[in-house]
Amino acid sequence: MKLQLKIWRQKSADSTGRFETYTVEADEHMSFLEMLDVLNETLIHEKKEPVVFEHDCREGICGSCSMVINGRPHGPMQGTTACQLHMRSFKNGDTITIEPFRAKSFPVLKDLSVDRSAFDRIIESGGYISVNTGQAPDGNSLPIEKDLAGKAFEAAACIGCGACVAACPNGSAMLFTSAKVSHLGLLPQGAVEHSARVQNMVNQMDKEGFGMCSNTEACEAECPKEISVENIARLNRSYMASIMGSEK
Amino acid sequence: MIKLESNIPAGELAEKWTNYKGSMNLVAPNNKRRIEVIVVGTGLAGASAAATLGELGYNVKVFTFHDSPRRAHSIAAQGGINAAKNYQNDGDSIWRLFYDTIKGGDYRSREANVHRLAEASKDIIDQCVAQGVPFAREYGGLLANRSFGGVQVSRTFYARGQTGQQLLIGAYQALARQANVGKCKIYNRHEMLDLVKVDGKARGIIARNLLTGEIERHAAHCVVLATGGYGNVFYLSTNAMGSNVSASWRAVRKGALMANPCFTQIHPTCIPVSGEYQSKLTLMSESLRNDGRVWVPKKKEDAVAIRERRMKGNDIAEEDRDYYLERRYPAFGNLVPRDVASRAAKVACDEGNGVSPTGLAVFLDFASAIERYGKAEAYSQGNTSPSEAQVTALGEAVVKSKYGNLFQMYEKITGEDPYKNPMKIYPAVHYTMGGLWVDYNLETNVPGLFALGEANFSDHGANRLGASALMQGLADGYFVIPYTIGQFLSGEIRTPKISADTPEFMEAEKAVQDRLAKIKNINGNQSVESFHRRLGKIMWEYCGMSRNAEGLKKGQQMIRELRAEFYKDVFVPGELDEYNPELEKALRVADFLELGETMMVDALNRNESCGGHFREEYTTEDGEAKRMDEEYTYVAAWEWNDQGEIILHKEDLKFDNVELKTRSYK
Repeated sequence: MKLQLKIWRQKSADSTGRFETYTVEADEHMSFLEMLDVLNETLIHEKKEPVVFEHDCREGICGSCSMVINGRPHGPMQGTTACQLHMRSFKNGDTITIEPFRAKSFPVLKDLSVDRSAFDRIIESGGYISVNTGQAPDGNSLPIEKDLAGKAFEAAACIGCGACVAACPNGSAMLFTSAKVSHLGLLPQGAVEHSARVQNMVNQMDKEGFGMCSNTEACEAECPKEISVENIARLNRSYMASIMGSEK
Repeated sequence: MIKLESNIPAGELAEKWTNYKGSMNLVAPNNKRRIEVIVVGTGLAGASAAATLGELGYNVKVFTFHDSPRRAHSIAAQGGINAAKNYQNDGDSIWRLFYDTIKGGDYRSREANVHRLAEASKDIIDQCVAQGVPFAREYGGLLANRSFGGVQVSRTFYARGQTGQQLLIGAYQALARQANVGKCKIYNRHEMLDLVKVDGKARGIIARNLLTGEIERHAAHCVVLATGGYGNVFYLSTNAMGSNVSASWRAVRKGALMANPCFTQIHPTCIPVSGEYQSKLTLMSESLRNDGRVWVPKKKEDAVAIRERRMKGNDIAEEDRDYYLERRYPAFGNLVPRDVASRAAKVACDEGNGVSPTGLAVFLDFASAIERYGKAEAYSQGNTSPSEAQVTALGEAVVKSKYGNLFQMYEKITGEDPYKNPMKIYPAVHYTMGGLWVDYNLETNVPGLFALGEANFSDHGANRLGASALMQGLADGYFVIPYTIGQFLSGEIRTPKISADTPEFMEAEKAVQDRLAKIKNINGNQSVESFHRRLGKIMWEYCGMSRNAEGLKKGQQMIRELRAEFYKDVFVPGELDEYNPELEKALRVADFLELGETMMVDALNRNESCGGHFREEYTTEDGEAKRMDEEYTYVAAWEWNDQGEIILHKEDLKFDNVELKTRSYK
């Protein structure tokens, strides 16, 4: 299939970007990123600069992909990262627009690559359980209800890609932050620090310049791991409780 | 020849580690505060080591080429993590996990290291649960287990098909906690390009800031490498695109030894190659072999018809199918270890019975499991004479609950529905058992340089069992290095802060800059990617699932020629002082071009078949691997000297507790 690509090219963080148009010959069995590999090989052969895009595992789990395809983070397929998208989702003659995740807190570094280190700083502010190596009791000393463990798992399945932020009209990181707060807060091990964790992570999130949540739920719709907005409700509840009821 | 001291403590096997911990040198808290440690890599081994060393009070600098520590490739491990908890009351024990691992590794690993691994396995689960890792649980709220290949107990802990992700997030969060209190400083988007030695000891690294291209000098009292395996030397593998050997290889170029590099694991169940553009291969978890049956058509004309898309797998009658694993290995059936399953698939395809257009695929079929589960489910619902459609629907629901995410991944990649048609699978490079040579303290032959996780060679011998990589990475990081690093650092308490401005650092920095300029200035006509692909093809052809002396000699020669061509004709676009992924790739491929040759030399030296290393000249009468224990019960540790000569050093392996037997799964 022959495709036309409109790709965002930006030399560096402080330079002005623009769309450039390329044509590429693709095969329906290729992954989307393999199609970009083919384009890059052609560009290199012509001694031009290849398109920079972030990628690593190419199986939908590392969270490196950070591109918006035809207006949607990670492209048209529900519950799918850009690297798992295959060209059979497109047809001969299509024009595909590819641009980086766009949010104030994710500055563009080059072409399709953005800086998502704000997410690391949110985790560093409290997204953990304070236990040193060697302090743990036997794993089976604390039974946890199967469904509760399942819920915690579903929140923990977040890959930290940032599609939720890119999808949100406010550039909010509520889905990301609430997924971590839920993962840890639902489990008895994480309950001890829950209030402090909620406050610290929300404060850090605000400090990083992420926007407020206005319940558009675009984050859930675009999340490649289909993390639920229920987590946001849980975070809001916990945040209120941590302000009103806590002695901190 | 360098004398390789394994430094295994004296005493009974089961007491070595305990006694050693009780008598080793300690570093007092006031001294820990003054000591700096560099950790390179933030996968399971690196993140767990850095976090734990930070908790102990050391000042840790952590380096990763990723944009966040959480993206390291440990994240992609699917199936699970082994531990000798015996929660299932099925006869498991530390001894049994030790024995299975030694046997599974085809008697080419160190007894003492493997026993320590089995001991630590129990603590790992406790630690991870306390961190909030959401392992699968039973209705009573206790931890669940499942089985993996090559063992007869149920000791694998898991978090659906995302165990690696959950364990890594646990370690990453522990690291984030230490970053928050300032004990760990994380350098994201930094790649180690050289090791710096001062007076023979590892004292720092040269790293490139991948965003600015700046070359930086970083000093510490010692250096810990946890930089993973080198499967990408084959170009196509289940590794992430960025996984590379460079940190380890730079250490080799500074005098460390690469042990058993030819021991690579080919995983039997991966999605087959679909075209020339293919960039990586995707694993389908070994857990699928619990229920999937592997087969090819018995008749060649049927296989040809399937390859030419005139027939489908479901069109082949039951009596015309060869369930070759069940036929050849009745005791373990579809759950034979990985090396055995992979070779059997290769044999089936070499005989002309492969089922994809390329001829390189076999079926993994869930029809029997769907029928079996469907009938059982109908029965438990009180339906004693269900229709075929009811059985299928109920059975598919059970299979979906067990493997849903894997089936979905398969369908996304291939566009075929694995509930209705058997999956097509083929072996692919997955893990490397070889790695930097280390002693019992996980210290290389360069004092002060340690290697953890997949980056070292020590625990898996010639073949790794499923769900053991996560176990080893976390054992090394959480429970081994925090103790053994003290053996080295206790001798350094009077050493002042190491300066990065000494001549040794300046020289190393200059050498890195020269190397970068050299590669950039070649300004040839071929892309880095094209060289990597060609290297991968040579490796797969001559050093892949089966090897012979003639092919290995030829392969070595071809790699030398390819390397010469690389340094004449590679083209790297962009500049040195900017964000330039092509440059990063060029440096990694340059190192793979040297490692690849070393692997050929190692495979040629080892005149036996063992584990993942199958030499066609050394087989038993029924085509199984034939070990040569008299001559090859040793670790082959290779030096790459300044003249580019590849020199062998040996560490003899002693087995005082297990008897060396022919591995049989029949």
